[in-house]
Amino acid sequence: MDHKKDSNGNPDSGVDRRSLLKMGVGAAGGALLPAVPGMALAADKPAIGNYPAGVSGDTVFIGLTVDLTGPYSAEGSDEQKGYELAAEQLNAGAPEIKKISPLTKKGILGKTVKLGVIDAQTNPNSAVQAATRFIHDNKAMMISGSVSSAVAIALQKVCDREKTIYMAAISGSNATTGKDCQRYGFRMCYFAYTAAKAISPVLAKSLGKNRKAVYLVPDYTYGHTTYDSMKEFTEKEGWTTVGQQVHPLGSKDYSSYLINIANSGADTLVVIDYGADAANSIKQAKQFGILDKMTLVVPYMAPFLGEELGAETMQGVYGGSGFWWTLEDKYPIAKDFVTAFEKKFGEKPHDSAYTAYMVTALWADGIERAGTFYPPDVIKALEKGVKRDGPVGKVWFRGEDHQGVVNFPILRGKKPSEMKNKSDLFEVVDVIDGSTVMPPVGHFGCKLGSYT
Amino acid sequence: MPSLSLFLSQLFNGLASGLLLALISTGLTIIYGTLGVVNFAHGALFVVGAYAGYTVYGMTHSFVIAIVAGALVSLVVGLIIERGLVRLFYGRPPEDQILVTFGVAIILVEIVRGIFGGVSLSVPTPVWGHGIAHIGTLIYPLYRLQVLFISAGTLLVLYFVLYRTSLGLIVRAGIEDSLMVNILGINVKRIFLVVFGLGAMAAGYAGVIDAPIVTLAPDMGFRVLVDSFVVVVIGGVGSFPGAIVGGIIAGEILSLTSMFDPAYSDVMLFVVMALVLILRPQGIMGQEGRE
Repeated sequence: MDHKKDSNGNPDSGVDRRSLLKMGVGAAGGALLPAVPGMALAADKPAIGNYPAGVSGDTVFIGLTVDLTGPYSAEGSDEQKGYELAAEQLNAGAPEIKKISPLTKKGILGKTVKLGVIDAQTNPNSAVQAATRFIHDNKAMMISGSVSSAVAIALQKVCDREKTIYMAAISGSNATTGKDCQRYGFRMCYFAYTAAKAISPVLAKSLGKNRKAVYLVPDYTYGHTTYDSMKEFTEKEGWTTVGQQVHPLGSKDYSSYLINIANSGADTLVVIDYGADAANSIKQAKQFGILDKMTLVVPYMAPFLGEELGAETMQGVYGGSGFWWTLEDKYPIAKDFVTAFEKKFGEKPHDSAYTAYMVTALWADGIERAGTFYPPDVIKALEKGVKRDGPVGKVWFRGEDHQGVVNFPILRGKKPSEMKNKSDLFEVVDVIDGSTVMPPVGHFGCKLGSYT
Repeated sequence: MPSLSLFLSQLFNGLASGLLLALISTGLTIIYGTLGVVNFAHGALFVVGAYAGYTVYGMTHSFVIAIVAGALVSLVVGLIIERGLVRLFYGRPPEDQILVTFGVAIILVEIVRGIFGGVSLSVPTPVWGHGIAHIGTLIYPLYRLQVLFISAGTLLVLYFVLYRTSLGLIVRAGIEDSLMVNILGINVKRIFLVVFGLGAMAAGYAGVIDAPIVTLAPDMGFRVLVDSFVVVVIGGVGSFPGAIVGGIIAGEILSLTSMFDPAYSDVMLFVVMALVLILRPQGIMGQEGRE
């Protein structure tokens, strides 16, 4: 079915309204309607967003706004690999992806998945422009990709307006599925609140209850909300917060902030910086001798931090993460994912690729369960909270705010002598049950809008 | 209120990071100050130098060879850019020069990303820069202290070359009146090539010197360009002492503001730059009427 080409089919840019009508008439005339379920529903549902134009051919287009430049470019290009693997497995109807999306046969409802990539430049404006182009020029049925929450929030706003589903990739801010939540936006990954709630007891147990913490905070929604959540949950464990150094995203010289930190009287440095900023600030903190005097904690750890700084710096450091490849020892689906990824790209996947892979699979599963691409039905299918098996156990979306309920690991940096190979940088201290660390519904003020 | 010891620490850090900023901006100062071209590829040349230094440091384990290599690679890239593109733009409006050098910057950065990837790389501190210096209550990385002197020394040498040698005299004369200098039998075009190459080399050199302090990412050049531009505008276009003064002022603004609230340190930098542009458009040490 996926290889058969309709006479009006246009694999790249979808089909305009007129040819779609012709096709509908042709199909009705041929009395083929009951035999082609997708087509039958296409005729039943009103047009919305790019539906049905975007799925009138034999392909379905996903627009990827990934950060290929800017401080989060390493994560962005890793995400791209995750999407490519998911699309390849969906199109092939691979057994690996069927474990996550059991209704998948080949493609999504028989349509071949096509990907388009535009660099979002770690910048909300560029990301919005890219998404708009995908929606208007390519008739995208789904937009995905983000590392910065500023980008994710801007994208889900524009996608909500365009009635096109947006699946956030990495986004750590409480606001994404809180006050800035959208009916058309979904976020699967762990975030500030869940990371802080999960890591704080682990920290109190291993580092003690009378710690004084100082924070290095990037100046945007992710930084502020992660600080707020870490402060809340570490103080519940008896820690005191002695200060925060809020600085611009993409800072190069951290010396003046680090001098303040050295003079803060703290014994624990909590780095909320992400991506290249995290590597840069921690390297400079080490030069200032701060890591000799303070314990480093990275609650929302950038996926490549271990490789970037090396075990010498990262040993003993606690951090939250969405995924770590050694989970393959515990979860068969993680093993599938790591093996397929390594085969395709010759390297271990990181949590950026994992998140991208999973949101694509879960979106496809939502469509298969809905039996249609009609966005309101897909959203309702995703909101049902049907539990699926992912690389870190059961995963689903919460209907009230579209936040993913997902398990995630707490990691600790290994000593150089403990490493079995160069990728063996962290040990999994604990796998957090995602359902135990979720904020109460409505805690961050989410009000979802209309379906249509 | 911040304590006196914190104030003194930040004051010193402002000086040290300011001289580093002055060093980072020298490439831009040389090219902008003498040729009048706003070289938007300055940050990219910095990145090219830093990554070349990283590669050679990894191969030879000698930081001095890495510095030489980084400077030379940037020099060669600079010469190619000048011959291939920039020389066609000397007579064109500044917008055209900005656009063409900006385009070159994108190409250079993407080449670097293509070769090295987007994951940050770390250049280790050279052996002689290991350790921490204690200055009163201030704890300061030894290498950063050494960079203070390296920056000052480099700026002095460049000042001497551009202002106290016949090469410098010809360069400056060529800017004032290239026709007359040509009539005197001097090949102005070649001199311009040398100056552009020198500016590119200074950017690459600074990239290697800065590399052990930061982690390398292909996009770090953007911040370098912005910082350099601010330094040159505050200090005064075409003035070497101005670049040093501009660097130190920028370093002090960043350091002292962050003592109160680091979130405002960048904002204050641009506020001061705007004030300079309003009150003294040629910059603190710039000469009036110079382009």
